[in-house]
Amino acid sequence: MKVLVCVKQTFDTEAKIELKDGKISDAGINLIINPYDEVAVEGAIQLKEKGIASEVVVVSAGSDKAMDAIRTALAMGADRGILIKQDTGADEYARAVAIAEVIRSEDPNLVLAGHVAADDGSSQVPTRIAEILGWPHINVITSLEIADGKVRCSSEADGGSQVTEVKLPAVISCQVSWNEPRYPSMKGIMQAKKKPVATVDAVAVENKTRIIEYFLPQAKQAGVKVEGEPEECAAKLADFIKNTAKIEVKA
Amino acid sequence: MAGTWVFVEQRDGNVRKVTYEMISEAKKFGDEVCAVIFGKGIEGLAPQFAKYGADKVYVVEGDVFAQYNTGAFVAQMAAMIEEYKPNAVLFAHTFNGRDFASRLAQKLNAGLATDVIAAEISAGKGVFTRAIYAGKAFAKVEVTTQPILATVRAGVFEVKENPAAGEVIKPAVVATQANVYQNIIEFKPTVSARPELTEADVVVSGGRGCKGPEGIKLVEQLADLLGAAVGGSRAAIDSGWLGHEYQVGQTGKVVNPTLYIACGISGAIQHLAGMSSSKFITAINTDPEAPIFNVADFGVVGDLFKVIPVLCEELKK
Ligand SMILES: Cc1cc2nc3c(=O)[nH]c(=O)nc-3n(C[C@H](O)[C@H](O)[C@H](O)COP(=O)(O)OP(=O)(O)OC[C@H]3O[C@@H](n4cnc5c(N)ncnc54)[C@H](O)[C@@H]3O)c2cc1C
Ligand SMILES: Nc1ncnc2c1ncn2[C@@H]1O[C@H](COP(=O)(O)O)[C@@H](O)[C@H]1O
Repeated sequence: MKVLVCVKQTFDTEAKIELKDGKISDAGINLIINPYDEVAVEGAIQLKEKGIASEVVVVSAGSDKAMDAIRTALAMGADRGILIKQDTGADEYARAVAIAEVIRSEDPNLVLAGHVAADDGSSQVPTRIAEILGWPHINVITSLEIADGKVRCSSEADGGSQVTEVKLPAVISCQVSWNEPRYPSMKGIMQAKKKPVATVDAVAVENKTRIIEYFLPQAKQAGVKVEGEPEECAAKLADFIKNTAKIEVKA
Repeated sequence: MAGTWVFVEQRDGNVRKVTYEMISEAKKFGDEVCAVIFGKGIEGLAPQFAKYGADKVYVVEGDVFAQYNTGAFVAQMAAMIEEYKPNAVLFAHTFNGRDFASRLAQKLNAGLATDVIAAEISAGKGVFTRAIYAGKAFAKVEVTTQPILATVRAGVFEVKENPAAGEVIKPAVVATQANVYQNIIEFKPTVSARPELTEADVVVSGGRGCKGPEGIKLVEQLADLLGAAVGGSRAAIDSGWLGHEYQVGQTGKVVNPTLYIACGISGAIQHLAGMSSSKFITAINTDPEAPIFNVADFGVVGDLFKVIPVLCEELKK
């Protein structure tokens, strides 16, 4: 079984965001694999270790910099990579179209992705890919099993969790609680350098959304901080809760 | 193309508050507001939407809609959009809402703005504000296709009663079992007497400073006094003191309460991502330098094991 993993390169979650010429500046920012996609990569490698997957292919759409994300996934244990060269201004639609095109030619049995990108926070691309391919999907999974040409997953749901089964091929998007991604070993990093990475151009399609502007949150006014006897502090906090936040206390 | 549609987010007839938030907000756009509900045994709910301003309620009943499944819901909604041509369709940014809206948007070859916190909709134009980089920046984005599609974050819009006609319309049902490709084997509801994290007016969260289940118990006591939901930092979740569904933050849930109380939480950037838009933030932490104090409207430098019990007594007064 062939597994394809979609990895997006994102800013380190610690990164401080600044604007330059009205755009988000990436100057001096450490770039990482989107944390959810790292979990997808780990899940795919574990399927290979269990003998369920025979090949793990990682795909990333973006600038040349995204090569680092691919190399990291290869160092973790993926077999080969595909970099889809695409303008980083491509929206969810354009990215899904470009990635789906590559998936079609690769023809995997399973596509794994993150359920959301830590930068744009969209949660759209995997579901869009599934629709383009006409495949079933399950989102925000926390466990995965494969049997009899089907994939069965637990996933987070509104007000609980659920277990869903779909036929393969399918697109599955992951929650971070599924697994604990490994750190690439030294050996893995060395091997990754020799693993093949193909580069293809994204199919050109127009965005369906347009960014009008970016802005930063307003700096928060310094609040009150009290120190001292717990009794006194607690009384002041109780006052804040009742009289400033105006929260009703239950009997 | 006319009308702002609000897709009703419900399970077994229990409607999520975000639905009323969306209906109330949709009234501001001046266009006709329509609630759209898919389900089984849900017809009786229609007057509820009228109360908040639904001029029309599209009711779609059937076994295939008994619980959310992407295939049938998308097939039905796509057919209704084709027939009635709404100007905009709003969904809740819940697990189901984002799943539904993304697959629908792609089927329609359309754009979609997810997790929006502000909306301006007029005929043929939809501009939305959304948080990016986990709330460290914002983007104003226009959806340039029609109908205008968006998913809306819970807790950002105010609910206002605004009675309207709520004329019930029953569109043709086109989705069948053949459209269903996900076999939902089991749904396990979270059993909790407390409100849902993403909908709660007050959230009390515990972190590593709780040191164990006893500390979390204090957090729960405080929460129950305030009718609050309980949340946790990743440290508290990773330590096994709370289930994963309680995690607040970048990789957990985004909460938007009136009051957020952080107990024994340092305020790491990934935690702030999930709660910094709360209206009032308070914190109890032994370390006066903890970053949580940079965002707290009211902070107590102190030991939560000492402060929370007294706080509970004070609140009861
Ligand atoms: C990709 C990624 C995603 C992440 N996602 C999330 C996320 O979604 N949510 C999240 O929360 N974190 C997330 N994290 C983890 C985050 O970076 C922090 O490690 C985590 O939030 C720390 O939790 P904490 O504040 O409870 O623990 P700590 O940082 O250890 O802080 C504990 C605090 O408790 C205080 N304390 C100790 N004893 C007491 C006492 N008796 N009374 C009062 N205060 C006391 C201490 O002074 C300290 O400030 C993520 C990290 C990464 C890398
Ligand atoms: N440019 C990209 N390259 C590869 N995968 C992507 C890209 N954008 C999004 N994805 C995948 O889709 C998931 C959700 O992204 P998003 O819809 O942008 O929140 C990510 O976690 C990735 O797995």
